[in-house]
Amino acid sequence: MMDAVVSFADVGKSFTLHLRDGARLPVIAGATLSVRAGECVVLGGASGTGKSSLLKMAYGNYRCEQGAIRIRDGGRVVDVARAEPREILDLRRRVVAYVSQFLRVIPRVGARAVVEAAGLEAGLDAGIARTRAAELLARLDLPERLWDLPPATFSGGEQQRVNIARGLIAERPLLLLDEPTASLDARNRAAVVELIRERRAAGAAILGIFHDADVRDAVATRIVDVAAFRAVVAA
Amino acid sequence: MSGPLLQVRGLAKRYGARLACDGVGFALHPGEVLAVVGESGSGKSTLLGLIAGEIAADAGSVTYRMRDGVARDLAALGPAERRALMRTDWGFVRQDATLGLRMAVSAGGNVGERLMGVGERHYGRIRATALDWLARVEIAADRVDEPPSRFSGGMRQRLQIARNLVTAPRLVLMDEPTSGLDVSVQARLLDTIRGLVAELGLAVIIVTHDLAVARLLSHRILVMRGGRVIETGLTDQVLDDPQAPYTQLLVASVLAA
Amino acid sequence: MSAAAPLPEPGYNFAYLDEGTKRMIRRAILKAIAIPGYQVPFASREMPMPYGWGTGGVQVTAAVLGRSDVLKVIDQGADDTTNAVSIRRFFGRTAGVATTTHTSEATLIQTRHRIPETPLSEGQILVYQVPIPEPLRFLEPRETETRQLHALAEYGLMHVKLYEDIARHGHIATTYAYPVEVAGRYVMDPSPTPKFDNPKMDGCPALQLFGAGREKRIYAVPPHTRVRSLDFEDHPFRIQSFDRPCALCGAEAVYLDEVVLDDRGGRMFVCSDTDHCEGRRAEGHTGEMAE
Repeated sequence: MMDAVVSFADVGKSFTLHLRDGARLPVIAGATLSVRAGECVVLGGASGTGKSSLLKMAYGNYRCEQGAIRIRDGGRVVDVARAEPREILDLRRRVVAYVSQFLRVIPRVGARAVVEAAGLEAGLDAGIARTRAAELLARLDLPERLWDLPPATFSGGEQQRVNIARGLIAERPLLLLDEPTASLDARNRAAVVELIRERRAAGAAILGIFHDADVRDAVATRIVDVAAFRAVVAA
Repeated sequence: MSGPLLQVRGLAKRYGARLACDGVGFALHPGEVLAVVGESGSGKSTLLGLIAGEIAADAGSVTYRMRDGVARDLAALGPAERRALMRTDWGFVRQDATLGLRMAVSAGGNVGERLMGVGERHYGRIRATALDWLARVEIAADRVDEPPSRFSGGMRQRLQIARNLVTAPRLVLMDEPTSGLDVSVQARLLDTIRGLVAELGLAVIIVTHDLAVARLLSHRILVMRGGRVIETGLTDQVLDDPQAPYTQLLVASVLAA
Repeated sequence: MSAAAPLPEPGYNFAYLDEGTKRMIRRAILKAIAIPGYQVPFASREMPMPYGWGTGGVQVTAAVLGRSDVLKVIDQGADDTTNAVSIRRFFGRTAGVATTTHTSEATLIQTRHRIPETPLSEGQILVYQVPIPEPLRFLEPRETETRQLHALAEYGLMHVKLYEDIARHGHIATTYAYPVEVAGRYVMDPSPTPKFDNPKMDGCPALQLFGAGREKRIYAVPPHTRVRSLDFEDHPFRIQSFDRPCALCGAEAVYLDEVVLDDRGGRMFVCSDTDHCEGRRAEGHTGEMAE
């Protein structure tokens, strides 16, 4: 626990659907787990069991209702459940990267620039950001003729590769990966696996969801079944 | 992280029986973009007017950290000081460009006005700066001597942005800057704003009814209804995991935010 | 050619206006002198002439005119145009004061759109007829806002006008009503005089009073006051220059009017200031077209 990069302590989450007469939809209860540097913990369990919600709460994208999600930031620890928006944004800039299956498209910005911008935002030097963006896109086999086009026009798989490059360009200590290989073919999946293993070897803590068993087995150091954290639906 | 640039406390404004703004407060730090969202009549534009001092508040205060680092209550500033602040360290991009621009003055003159207002008296430098800013907002250099009355809606908004940013303000207020524009024009304008805000590290308060605009530009969001703040927080958190019934309704009413 | 002063017409107070009105105008004038360049509102009266014929100037003149004054009236530099003649006759009849066309003899000169070439001296008063007193109106039509701008000395807008000039014409094309800063504070419209005359306002030993009848404003430049024409560092203020002397008196460095001689393109350039021109010719100066 001492050197955990992220630790969930008794985390609970439910959605209240006010548009459906305030119906409560419990998702997770009592989730407790932690990820150390150099570990790749994969969340297992059937879909709809709140795996994505755990990642989103760690990223601050979903509100953490109960418990604490502590993220180590150098010498201090920030509880995302209680942090101010500014603190969370600061963590996102320096500590936490999140790669989902979906790219939030920014109109009119080319793929390479999208990736570069993520590097610049994380404080990379402009030259380094540019080189690294090119390296990543090449390794992910995105055709070079697409680099200056806005990803809005890309296929799902192409968009996903841009998204991965974006999440990996700055070497942050914590990576949250939500099915980053969902729409990739075998060759590109292998490239992503290699990138993840490199990041893990470099000391990143990784928490991810991978439906593809091959990918999961290739990257996981540990698998945590979230069924244990399944909230019981109130009668 | 230093202290907040702007501190708003308990702002209230009543028009007869109607509360246009009721106890609104927040802090804004340098480089932060805050979106104020809500339907028309929610009080979001009134809030902007109160912050800018264009509407007199019934209660509450607005404190701003001046360039010398001293936080001042804006209501306590004299008119000269207040106006000087507004045309140097603040910007205000209005929904109706004809209120934010001088429609009979050339684009260059519109951009140059603030410079001349702070004592710049070299025509060549003023013009060079104006051309530089027109380029940054993607207005062709050969339009520099044309008045905005001949510009399209999108170009007028771009010109407003250039006119406001030329004195390197630290805080910019934007009131529905993209509404009424075609979707493609809107996308381009949003991209320009996004780029400049990031590049210049501007603090921005942007009023919009468009959640997609809030999502693209802002870090934090303030949801208003009936003059009150219903919900506030990190933009993507409020939009993806809305807590208040009204916010859920607002998010659900959008096709794809 | 001073006319013999007749007695004032019976039934009129001296110089037409009643004494109460004159006191009101004098108070406005005193305030204007105390705050050089500041536009003082006053209760402009109906005068027996239409607006645009110098009702503001006439009221100022009436308020400061004394029985011993010698009055000169010019319109565009000339003593013999309709406007000048009728105003001179008006005061001749209502005040019975002596009138003159000689700048140096006059104690009070009412002018429309010129400053005499003969330098003015201490003790003289120059009264300008002003159509639009607000120099900022061109860009800011709201009176509430222009008052604020004057109050806070926010004059960036005035330079926007000059900027627009250069952007359009390559140089500051404003040739008359060229804005000036008075005593380092207020920006003032010098009335539609050619900018050629602006330097004459600077440090002028005479008192300069400005009256706008329709707009109900009076402003002033006290003697020996700094009057600076606005400009840019790289486009400094310059007066018009003429590439030839006066065709009648040969004067150089004076303001010339173009006179069309025939319908075959024949024209000549002569002094706009008729008194100055006649004075020089009387001294024996001649130009190329003097017969």
